[in-house]
Amino acid sequence: MKLSTQHLLGIKNLTREDISLILSTAQDFKDVLQRPVKKVPSLRDITIVNLFFENSTRTRMSFELAERRLSADVLNFTASASSVAKGETLLDTVNNILSMKVDMVVMRHSASGAPHFLAKHIPAAIVNAGDGINEHPTQALLDAFSMKEKTGRLEGLKVAIIGDIMHSRVALSNIYLLTKMGVEVTVAGPPTLIPKYLTDALDVRVEYNVKKALQWCDVANVLRIQLERQSQPLFSSLREYSLAYGINRRMLESLNKEIVIMHPGPINRGVELDSDVADGPSSIILNQVENGVAVRMAALYLLANREN
Amino acid sequence: MKSILTEQQVALTVKRLAHQILENHLQLEDTVLIGIQPRGVFLSDRVAAELQQLVAPEKVKYGKLDITFYRDDVRKELHVANKTDIPFTIENKKVVIIDDVLWTGRTIRASLDALLDFGRPAKVELCVLIDRRFSRELPIQADYTGRSIDTFVSQKVKVYWKEKDNREEVVLL
Repeated sequence: MKLSTQHLLGIKNLTREDISLILSTAQDFKDVLQRPVKKVPSLRDITIVNLFFENSTRTRMSFELAERRLSADVLNFTASASSVAKGETLLDTVNNILSMKVDMVVMRHSASGAPHFLAKHIPAAIVNAGDGINEHPTQALLDAFSMKEKTGRLEGLKVAIIGDIMHSRVALSNIYLLTKMGVEVTVAGPPTLIPKYLTDALDVRVEYNVKKALQWCDVANVLRIQLERQSQPLFSSLREYSLAYGINRRMLESLNKEIVIMHPGPINRGVELDSDVADGPSSIILNQVENGVAVRMAALYLLANREN
Repeated sequence: MKSILTEQQVALTVKRLAHQILENHLQLEDTVLIGIQPRGVFLSDRVAAELQQLVAPEKVKYGKLDITFYRDDVRKELHVANKTDIPFTIENKKVVIIDDVLWTGRTIRASLDALLDFGRPAKVELCVLIDRRFSRELPIQADYTGRSIDTFVSQKVKVYWKEKDNREEVVLL
């Protein structure tokens, strides 16, 4: 068994079998993480560079921990503290790093398609840790892993993705992954934050009433409003967004069933999610973070095998 | 294709291995059995069952170890992991590692690495059904051997188990 791809650029080009393989391998690594020694020597001869051209807390620490738990050698790179500030191009930066014999590149970039561009030009395996408004594949994988862990299944599950669908790479990766695995997906949020032709391109339903979406779903994956990616105002104020689309405890209690609340972080408390929901019993937000390490270990492990 | 052990011989050999282990570990005090996933487990299942007939069943401490993430050939070949299930501590215990075929010794090398991540055993021994002697790539030898055979590198030893392959036999291909 191996992946059908040499890089993890997005969920779009993964097969159902790839996704299942990553998720089941992640379960094996989750077992490893419960042991007294949480480290295995699998990637001890592999060097990985983490190239972060955009800010990140969770993803970056999660990747670094995953790499160290696999015994890989890890190089960290932050754009703001590098020669990129002196005008070096992306390709030059990466080629310079690769000449130091690096096997894998984990990259986050604000430009959509940046990892795809790199994959065409350099011999190392590329893992996309988020590119612009395109994809964030490891987040979608850990979301699916957490959903499956909590509810026991993916096939036939109903998932609502709520919030800023337009600017969210998490939303797109989630939609690709969930629809491939037989999950029913509804996206919900204000019309200005949902791409106009979404239902033509992807197998999802659109709902503008958050309450209705919550009543319909088994799992709600709530997204952050990405103000940094909005060049023009798409809703009048955060307060108004919160009143119309924010999720609070009263709303959850008014449903006639229990649903699972997820959020990829960072949370804007009081905007898309109230604190008593984010920290409440329905929330598996911190489980998602925990599972992130195991899922990233699985992805890196499966990509390390490069010789055919 | 040459038959090395028939079904009846496998059964007798398993009995002998269990008795030999018991000979060195009377009453199995402080001794634990660890089967190596995936194919060593068929042998360790049988050895554990045999020992449960010979001493009180609760004295037989038996776990399974998967060594996929400890292999030294990740770049060459990808293996799918199996469950590791060691429901007891191995700290200061005498561990008997059980696998079906001892060949290059690399699997046992990896399993020693994996085992040590669970604690510091007092002693580690190795029990195998088939020992392909003179083919070792590492200085590793078995303490309990079902049958020693001489083979060429090009040959394959295949152990068939009832649960998995619907027949029980060891053959040289």
